Amino acid sequence: MDAQHITTKERLAIPRQVMPAQPPEVRIHNFNEVHLGYTPELARQEALRCIQCKDPVCIKGCPVNIKIDQFIKMIAEGNFLGAAKKIKEDNVLPSICGRVCPQEDQCEKMCILTKKHESVAIGNLERFAGDYERETGNVELPAVKPSTGKKVAVIGSGPAGLSCANDLIQMGHAVTVFEALHELGGVLVYGIPEFRLPKEIVRAEIEGLKQLGVKFVTNAVAGRSITVDELLKEEMFDAVFIGVGAGLPWFMGIPGENLLGVYSANEFLTRINLMKSYRFPENDTPVFNCKGKNVAVFGGGNTALDAVRTAKRLGAEHAYIVYRRSEAEMPARLEELHHAQKEGIEFMLLMNPVEFIGNDEQWLTGVKCIRMELGEPDDSGRRRPVPLPDSEFTLPIDMAVISIGNGSNPLIKQTTPDIEVSKRDTIVVDINTMATSKENVYAGGDIVTGGATVILAMGAGRTAAAAIHEKLMGIDAD
Amino acid sequence: MYRIVSALFLAENIKKIEIEAPRIAKKRKAGQFVMIRVGESGERIPLTIAGSDPLKGTITIIVQGMGKSTKELNSKEAGDTISDMVGPLGVPSHIEKFGTAVSIGGGVGTAIAYPTAVALKEAGNYVITINGARSKELVILEKEMVAVSDEAYITTDDGSCGFHGFVTQKLQELIDSGRTIDYVLAIGPIPMMKAIAEVTRPYKIKTVVSLNPIMVDGTGMCGGCRVSVDNQIKFACVDGPEFDAHLVDFKNLSDRNKIYQTEEKQSIETYTHECKLNKQM
Repeated sequence: MDAQHITTKERLAIPRQVMPAQPPEVRIHNFNEVHLGYTPELARQEALRCIQCKDPVCIKGCPVNIKIDQFIKMIAEGNFLGAAKKIKEDNVLPSICGRVCPQEDQCEKMCILTKKHESVAIGNLERFAGDYERETGNVELPAVKPSTGKKVAVIGSGPAGLSCANDLIQMGHAVTVFEALHELGGVLVYGIPEFRLPKEIVRAEIEGLKQLGVKFVTNAVAGRSITVDELLKEEMFDAVFIGVGAGLPWFMGIPGENLLGVYSANEFLTRINLMKSYRFPENDTPVFNCKGKNVAVFGGGNTALDAVRTAKRLGAEHAYIVYRRSEAEMPARLEELHHAQKEGIEFMLLMNPVEFIGNDEQWLTGVKCIRMELGEPDDSGRRRPVPLPDSEFTLPIDMAVISIGNGSNPLIKQTTPDIEVSKRDTIVVDINTMATSKENVYAGGDIVTGGATVILAMGAGRTAAAAIHEKLMGIDAD
Repeated sequence: MYRIVSALFLAENIKKIEIEAPRIAKKRKAGQFVMIRVGESGERIPLTIAGSDPLKGTITIIVQGMGKSTKELNSKEAGDTISDMVGPLGVPSHIEKFGTAVSIGGGVGTAIAYPTAVALKEAGNYVITINGARSKELVILEKEMVAVSDEAYITTDDGSCGFHGFVTQKLQELIDSGRTIDYVLAIGPIPMMKAIAEVTRPYKIKTVVSLNPIMVDGTGMCGGCRVSVDNQIKFACVDGPEFDAHLVDFKNLSDRNKIYQTEEKQSIETYTHECKLNKQM
């Protein structure tokens, strides 16, 4: 069908195009990406489903307001490179966000089609455009404005830091990104597994930034290797952006959490994703051998699903999600939930762990759980789980992964006391500029919001970049 | 890449390695550590900084070859490089004028006790050091310890040098002699630190130990290094590595450090085998 001569009725008759994927029985034995991506034909077909609303409400659902109607129209017309450029006006990482954004709670939730049909697969199309541009070797470096002579330090090379660096370098500022780990990319590298976000994509995005002139320093821990004050006063940076991510994993505070075989999701995923322990002994870092074992992951977010699906791929006999609420309250992306279900992940819903049990050698052997029911809504608006009396039971498990969120890393607070933090130790900012209480210091991402999404962190990085630019250039925001 | 400036064996299997790292050299304080990744497929291991030369821009670590990574590190010579090093990490030792401070190092733990002994001396303490090893050949930093101490003792398990016995016995002897001891720092194998804690507990002498749990990132992100202190979870990398010895659950630490015993054995066997093959070729 032709993008010019298609009626709305014809558009609506097209079913939502399913993205080809590795079959579940195959993918549970490898770490390759689950989805294989749209072909150009499938992408055009899906793009034709967009009825090109006069008032595209989908844009309001996007935290960075990508011009969704426009880029989809370009895809429908076969102008794939134009579509990628259009997205990049608002989002520099389309291949990444197309894969990891919770579209069903954002743009696709707003799509007018959802009233009677399925929404346009906006995320899939975004991913297609970004991938098409990169895979065909057509990524063009954006123009960089003449040097302003200003220097900005970005702390953290995750989504917030990368997007902030990207905007600042294009505005003509010199940008240096400091990363604590030995590899760049932050949570995109240590947290999100290869089967959901191939690391090659992250590396390509970082390579692009390097070509634009962004300097990267690995093995530099903010607050320890270098403090914010040293960056400003000794290394003469004009501004600092803090995008260090969330940090310290929470534990549940129940007996037995220090038994052997009990991990935080951060540790389990870091060992696998960053340290490549699934390649042990070729790579030196070991990890619990899940093969033929029973693994339970506690939590209902994306990280929990990443962990449990990783355990399955490492050969776990039973891979459980233990979650104290029901499926409807799970914060994970819907698509990941569906993938997990198809991969044979077992969901133990409305159950809460009360104690880990171990043997004489202190190895984990099981977890005592209690069944829950949903009561009145709590502060989060979700129905509060309440324990059912006398419903305790023991689930035999060999490995436990706790994935109930993260607190804030204390290093910035300890070493830069003049940056105001909240009761939860997150950094307090002016949401219009991301400015902290300290002059010329900005912050964004999980260190401000607590655990949130890649796209929100990127949006914060961009807001900060704009504000830093205005401040350094003496532009009056009003 | 981080360049090794000098490398010298202090005793069998214990090597002193000086590495170029200007930022770390400038900032590090006693009690802090670095995370090192020897090669591109290597693991991240924590090693306490034994000393630094800010002018030269180098730090010194003292490494005992135990597992694959430490043996690989100990095979490095001056001019070689390691892939990654990050630091200084951890909370620096709490240093003040306590009065009489006893700094106890067991085995390679002496390398970690040494910089803190220096800091205690600089803060005006009367410093007693007890430097323990299995036998004479394994005693390290003998001269350095003497130089920083008001009183320096060496103990060996077999009596081949200094006091015949354990560091705990020497400490008990000092306490029994009736002198006031205000502060004890003990760094060494877990059983030694646990034993020291039991020696000082009845006398309520403030006692600090430096813990060595398994770490991955070393920056607070993974929680793998969690230890139980006063029945609360603490992360050795950001809350420590030094803790009140009387509140540490040493058994849990010792259990948790055994989690990868099988894998460690496999790694070291493969590594030793490869080394032999390389030598034959």
